[in-house]
Amino acid sequence: MPQGRGAALDPIRRGVVYWAPVSTSLKRTPLHAAHVKAGARMVEFGGWDMPVQYAGIIEEHRRVRSAAGLFDVSHMGEFEVEGPGALAALQTLTTNDVAALEIGQVQYSLLPYPEGGLVDDLTVYRLAADRYMLTVNASNIDKDWAWVTTHGAGARWRDISAETGLIAVQGPRAEDLVAGLADVDVRAIGYYRFARGRLAGVSTLISRTGYTGEDGFELYAPWGETERLWTALADAGTTVDAGPIGLGARDTLRLEMRYALYGNDIDETTNPLEAVLGWVVKPAKGDFIGKAAIERVRAEGPKRKLVGVEMADRSVARHGYPVLSGGRRVGEVTSGTFGPSVQKSIAMAYVETPLAAIGTELQVEIRGQAHPARIVKTPFHPSRVKKG
Amino acid sequence: MANVPADLRYTKDHEWAKPEGKRYRIGITAFAQEQLGDVVFVELPKVGAKVTAKQSFGVVESVKAVSDLFAPLSGEIVEVNTELPNAPQAVNQDPYGKGWMIVIAPSKADEWSGLLSAAQYEQFLNEGH
Repeated sequence: MPQGRGAALDPIRRGVVYWAPVSTSLKRTPLHAAHVKAGARMVEFGGWDMPVQYAGIIEEHRRVRSAAGLFDVSHMGEFEVEGPGALAALQTLTTNDVAALEIGQVQYSLLPYPEGGLVDDLTVYRLAADRYMLTVNASNIDKDWAWVTTHGAGARWRDISAETGLIAVQGPRAEDLVAGLADVDVRAIGYYRFARGRLAGVSTLISRTGYTGEDGFELYAPWGETERLWTALADAGTTVDAGPIGLGARDTLRLEMRYALYGNDIDETTNPLEAVLGWVVKPAKGDFIGKAAIERVRAEGPKRKLVGVEMADRSVARHGYPVLSGGRRVGEVTSGTFGPSVQKSIAMAYVETPLAAIGTELQVEIRGQAHPARIVKTPFHPSRVKKG
Repeated sequence: MANVPADLRYTKDHEWAKPEGKRYRIGITAFAQEQLGDVVFVELPKVGAKVTAKQSFGVVESVKAVSDLFAPLSGEIVEVNTELPNAPQAVNQDPYGKGWMIVIAPSKADEWSGLLSAAQYEQFLNEGH
């Protein structure tokens, strides 16, 4: 997932850029050549050489909201875990209740530290009775692998990141596009469910998930066949006005949904409850790493909360900017952008709990100036994911 | 190749200056807006403010970055593009026209000759800046 950290000096205008230009030897996805050929602007992201934009962030953002977009997210990591001990290992490692997962179902979850901070956020797929797949953030693959194999003993783990390509197809026309290439009925796949099938002849795990707030799919394919799948989607996509989407629009799309991004909005210092991710913490399932710390926060109430903020003007509140109230620093921005669909400058910020109510008027300090802002209901833009 | 009008002068920070009688209209170049991507916010000084060559006079925010604007010339700001706060995309669509930012009444006449000509700026771009 894209992130705005590691801000580097812009060689063009001496400003702060949130996507550092490509420098040294970076990892490449199976679609790298296709991106370069398509004229994408490439940037470094989490050690990968990734497309930040093709036609322009706002145009790509609108394409996903109105038609469909293709995202290369092959940089993300995938682990498989199996064996009679797999369920117990995942119950110990993650906050959500893995026992509630049916075969063919997906679950959003968290990997907490014993202190309640987060190793990562992830999705858990139940592939078979005692076999699961975890999808983790690209920049956290090594850290997560060390963590799960150390603390999830008693099961067989396999890092399949290097053999697994991943393409997201998102937008109101995504279903038509994917259905036209599939040998299975993808329209029947419910939200946070998956099926296996062939898409343009490529063996694919077809998951009805995403990171944009639109209906759509995430397609896991063998690394060596990912480009064939991408090309087939791009070719068929011309009929539904689909196009490739870079990490820039991926970030504006997820921000309008207030979806957390690891490294920006959540990290090793943030508790799930202050991040308003309590809905994926299931203490009733039994013991898990970090449970005591998280439940202590629940009992005392979180001291700060991650809220959605709308700026009164078009100035952009970016990661790390102070949030003020009555001249006092009461929080910090974690992500911010101009929301192309909402046509407003929006942000996510941690704010002291007593000031975290919807409607609260605050300020964000931008370049030494206090700019008026207000806490608003989220998502900023209505979600249109497939329900049920 | 980037669009570099011959009648303007340029800075290495990718601003342009256009003489209009004794005043100079200022903006950012086609190359700059292309590098920045979609511009969503422009912060400009008020009329009457004094600016110094090579110092920041404002800020341009694109979706992905925030960047300083540097004054090509020293002087007083006599006009500000009041359309830009509501239509910042003009910087992308028409960087040498509707995307202009300020007009300066210069206080140091010799600074103009120190700016890059179109040919020099084009060469600067070709060198990979």
